[in-house]
Amino acid sequence: MILKTVNSVSDALEGVQDNMTFMLGGFGLSGIPENAIAELVKRNVKGVTCISNNAGVDDFGLGLLLQKKQIKKMVSSYVGENDEFERQMLSGELDVELIPQGTLAERCRAAQAGFPAIFTPAGFGTEVAEGKETREFDGKMYVLEHAFKADFAFVKAWKGDAAGNLIFKGTARNFNPCMAGAAKITVAEVEELVPVGELDPNQIHIPGIFVQRIFQGEKYEKRIEQRTVR
Amino acid sequence: MLDKTGIAKRIAKEVQDGYYVNLGIGIPTLVANYVRDDIEVEFQSENGVLGMGPFPFEGEEDADIINAGKQTITTLPGASFFDSAMSFSMIRGQHVDLTILGAMEVAENGDIANWKIPGKMVKGMGGAMDLVASAENIIVAMMHTNRAGESKLLKKCSLPLTGVGCVKKIVTNLAVIEVTDKGFKLLERAPGVSVEDIKKATEGHLIIEGDIPEMDI
Repeated sequence: MILKTVNSVSDALEGVQDNMTFMLGGFGLSGIPENAIAELVKRNVKGVTCISNNAGVDDFGLGLLLQKKQIKKMVSSYVGENDEFERQMLSGELDVELIPQGTLAERCRAAQAGFPAIFTPAGFGTEVAEGKETREFDGKMYVLEHAFKADFAFVKAWKGDAAGNLIFKGTARNFNPCMAGAAKITVAEVEELVPVGELDPNQIHIPGIFVQRIFQGEKYEKRIEQRTVR
Repeated sequence: MLDKTGIAKRIAKEVQDGYYVNLGIGIPTLVANYVRDDIEVEFQSENGVLGMGPFPFEGEEDADIINAGKQTITTLPGASFFDSAMSFSMIRGQHVDLTILGAMEVAENGDIANWKIPGKMVKGMGGAMDLVASAENIIVAMMHTNRAGESKLLKKCSLPLTGVGCVKKIVTNLAVIEVTDKGFKLLERAPGVSVEDIKKATEGHLIIEGDIPEMDI
């Protein structure tokens, strides 16, 4: 059995340096790697590029890194809920690349799966396709999009075991499975880390081969962005 | 003239038995409330759920179960969760039968602009570009004119595009319009709205053939 467990979030982020590119799972604030983000803030890593669907809110998620001006560039599909983000973007301090959400997912998956690039119809004829190779297949136009290259992927799952196997819960799954194994090192944090053998192999969403380090997060706030009730 | 609820009610009539449907944010979200209850429909949310139910009761909100608008939701029996790549496989792979979304502008050739106003804060396209590039059946829900009273149904979009030649049908506060090879074809009028009113509010080429019936809501 190949064991992936590390003792702390600090050990999990061993090797993280300034100017690296990180993938971070999550949709809005759901399923974000809260403990890895807290550790990145603590280490004050600077000049980083973050590939993440969203940029958090002012005082939570990636917003915490933005507050400390640790992020050089964001690659996202939607970044609307964050005043500090807007300020840095408009002042030119922050570089932002907006890409279609499905393209973001598939550029992660391509990196995970060993494809250098993919063709997608999304964005054809729009400014997203400017300067990119396009090609016709069966009468429809597609845009060539390259696999991401990242140093670390930080993903968050519900349960995991010491072998790095992961199970997600609800829509907190989102980009996390696409990013596992898509960077040089994948760090998985889980709400509950169990001994090997406790998870049913039939129920595993992401096999441990895609994960290099796993730890149980100290705590999860799991903040709700838009609490909506009947 | 219809209000936003009226637009949602009219669009709900386009939803057919057995459809998998993706609803955008805004008026499209309201459509779910008015779909006939004698048909089977499943709502997909691109953040990774099929079989979305209503909002939860107070105290039952779950941070791990949200929709694409980041609102807390519930799921119905038979629902499933999946990752973002699989979600867009459903969309790009044309497994979703109907996409309903809002727009800032639609052109007479079916081009749509709904993600960016140059000079203003750009929040991003989210999943809109994937949806419009792939869906076979796209209905736009929007007001016929903007706040300045200018037409949103144009010869050519002035804003940066979200997708090209993709919109098939538009339901506004004034009319139901089909996008054809030859331009906007007027299908129905909203209650109390004349063909002349619609003509005045439409900048793009409007095709009017025969008597135009009033919408049945």
